[in-house]
Amino acid sequence: MFEFIGVSPQALFGQLLLGLINGSFYALLSLGLAVIFGLMNVINFTHGAQYMMGAFAAWMLLNYLGIPYWGALVLVPILVGTTGILVERLFISRLYHLDHLYGLLLTFGLALVLEGLFRRQYGISGLPYSNPLPGGTNLGFMFLPWYRAWVVAISLAVCLATWFLIERTKLGSYLRAATERPDLVQAFGINVPRMITLTYGFGVGLAALAGVLAAPIYSVNPIMGANLIIVVFAVVVIGGMGSIMGSILTGFGLGILEGLTKVFYPEASNTVIFVVMAIVLILRPQGLFGTAR
Amino acid sequence: MTMQRSLKAWAAAAALSMGAGAALADYTDGTIKIGVMNDQSGLYSDLSGQGSVWAARKAIEDFCKANTCHDKIEVVFADHQNKPDIGSNVVRQWYDVDKVDVVVDVPTSSVALAVNNITKDKNKVFLVSGAATADLTGKACTPNTIHWTYDTWSLANGTANAIVKTGGKNWFFLTADYAFGHALERDTAAVVEKAGGKVVGKVRHPFPGQDFSSFLLQAQQSKAQIIGLANAGGDTINSIKQAGEFGIAAGGQNLAGLLVFITDVHALGLQTAQGLIFTEAWYWDMNDANRAFAKEFGAANKGNMPTMVQAGVYSAVTHYLKAVHALKSDGDGAAVVTKMKETPTEDKLFGNGSIRQDGRKIHPMYLFEVKKPAESKGPWDYYKLRATIAAAEAFRPIADGGCPLVK
Repeated sequence: MFEFIGVSPQALFGQLLLGLINGSFYALLSLGLAVIFGLMNVINFTHGAQYMMGAFAAWMLLNYLGIPYWGALVLVPILVGTTGILVERLFISRLYHLDHLYGLLLTFGLALVLEGLFRRQYGISGLPYSNPLPGGTNLGFMFLPWYRAWVVAISLAVCLATWFLIERTKLGSYLRAATERPDLVQAFGINVPRMITLTYGFGVGLAALAGVLAAPIYSVNPIMGANLIIVVFAVVVIGGMGSIMGSILTGFGLGILEGLTKVFYPEASNTVIFVVMAIVLILRPQGLFGTAR
Repeated sequence: MTMQRSLKAWAAAAALSMGAGAALADYTDGTIKIGVMNDQSGLYSDLSGQGSVWAARKAIEDFCKANTCHDKIEVVFADHQNKPDIGSNVVRQWYDVDKVDVVVDVPTSSVALAVNNITKDKNKVFLVSGAATADLTGKACTPNTIHWTYDTWSLANGTANAIVKTGGKNWFFLTADYAFGHALERDTAAVVEKAGGKVVGKVRHPFPGQDFSSFLLQAQQSKAQIIGLANAGGDTINSIKQAGEFGIAAGGQNLAGLLVFITDVHALGLQTAQGLIFTEAWYWDMNDANRAFAKEFGAANKGNMPTMVQAGVYSAVTHYLKAVHALKSDGDGAAVVTKMKETPTEDKLFGNGSIRQDGRKIHPMYLFEVKKPAESKGPWDYYKLRATIAAAEAFRPIADGGCPLVK
């Protein structure tokens, strides 16, 4: 029923906006992955599980302690980020001298364990989490829920702030230097291992933040991250592993592309991102914004 | 292996020497082996999963309390991950190597259709509780399969009829893009059109999906009065949640959940789910027998209440055991199914019923409405009964299915 020509401009605007909204989740998640990979060379497969933990933590704060959404928005990234720091200290830090693959296997295994534990405790159907910003506004071409607008705004703000922090501040330059030559940076009296640990915690905190943002609109269930993480990895690969701005732009861009696919050929909307990934890998293996390593 | 065999021989000898009736019975391997296959980890695992395994074990326990069970009855289970290739491999292994006699449950229609074929080839028994597609008793029917709890036709018949009668004439479908979604959409569209309604559009979403906003926007722009959700489990939960967010109901459109389980309502919460109308075969709070079963189920399953799928597994296994014990044999799958069809069904959860020639189990279906938060008296008190659809009208007339077994 929706032929290419048959799509009204209103429908198109609506889908573009929705794509942007979904893209903001991709951007926020792929940003965390890119930060961790760019600065630590660890492919963090636990990212999806940490996103899920963020959503569950928001639910737990509300139901066990009575802390509402806005409090969770601040507390959850700190709490889940702290668990990330523990994971880095206890497990990941032991693998730095080995090949990347070991880190990948470890984090993938951790993700399975975490998802299994949550599934055991809470089942698979998910938990209800009510929308803190009900209602919305009619834009003429579509109904924009306030909550979705808020998601785009906060995600853009966090993405840009992170980019600024890493690419434009002194702290960021230390981080980048420590990636290139950890020994030299250490010689200048900077505690590189601690910086790496905090970086991981920060990346995990970003995933948890995305989880809190997702709780009111997606079903809060143990596999919510597993469904998303593969797409997010594709986003990171397309953007260029480790490129901060690349993952932000690609996240939003692919969200829009996916949104358009949902209008013109909905059956392919799960696949389109991977088709793009395959094409990018053939033509530009380092990714759209990446530099060859 | 030899050790195992000799042990079994010893056990058989022991059984013989006890002079039990089982001495004459011809059970392959000396054991009735029931394989519960379903989703143990993914989006359908709460509505089937370990709960179905528990229900199968419970059926054996109850059956053996009421009758003398001389034979070894065993339950094995496996996770098909909602993938037909994985399900087929498991079932082949079960039939060929592990000597499983009957496969039960199997949600996800694409997997069930695959198991349906293999079961016929191997002449075993397949009792479907979880899968929905009415093709299992239609063009894909076999002498070895019984479709127990519900199907796409009965859901469509119950829900769509009720909605069209109250004025919901124009429909738009949001359909999960695989065998089940297509069947549910097809059967519902037929009911809608027959009742004088119209289908104004549809969109097929990948399975499983996460974000439904694009599809909901298309549904919104179609101006249809009713948005029919031809999906299940997590997909339905996410669709309903996001429909609330995008003001679907506020814009004058209504949702029709075409397949909703009590676990979905629990996950949505009454605030979001209230007013939803749908059809089910079984609800835990309908009579004392159901409540007693649910109480035991809850104690063993983290306080959850059983779904109709899990209750159906109990009922199906009970009837299977009756037939096998009457025949004193479980080797010939088609013969067991024929016996099951000849014998009227009777158990504490589904009451009295029957099984048709095409493999369709017949019982009443129920149209439920989700209570408002104020009406609910406690946890899991979610449904009020809107209508009972009598057994004779609840399922597709046998002549319309196109099942080759029906002459």
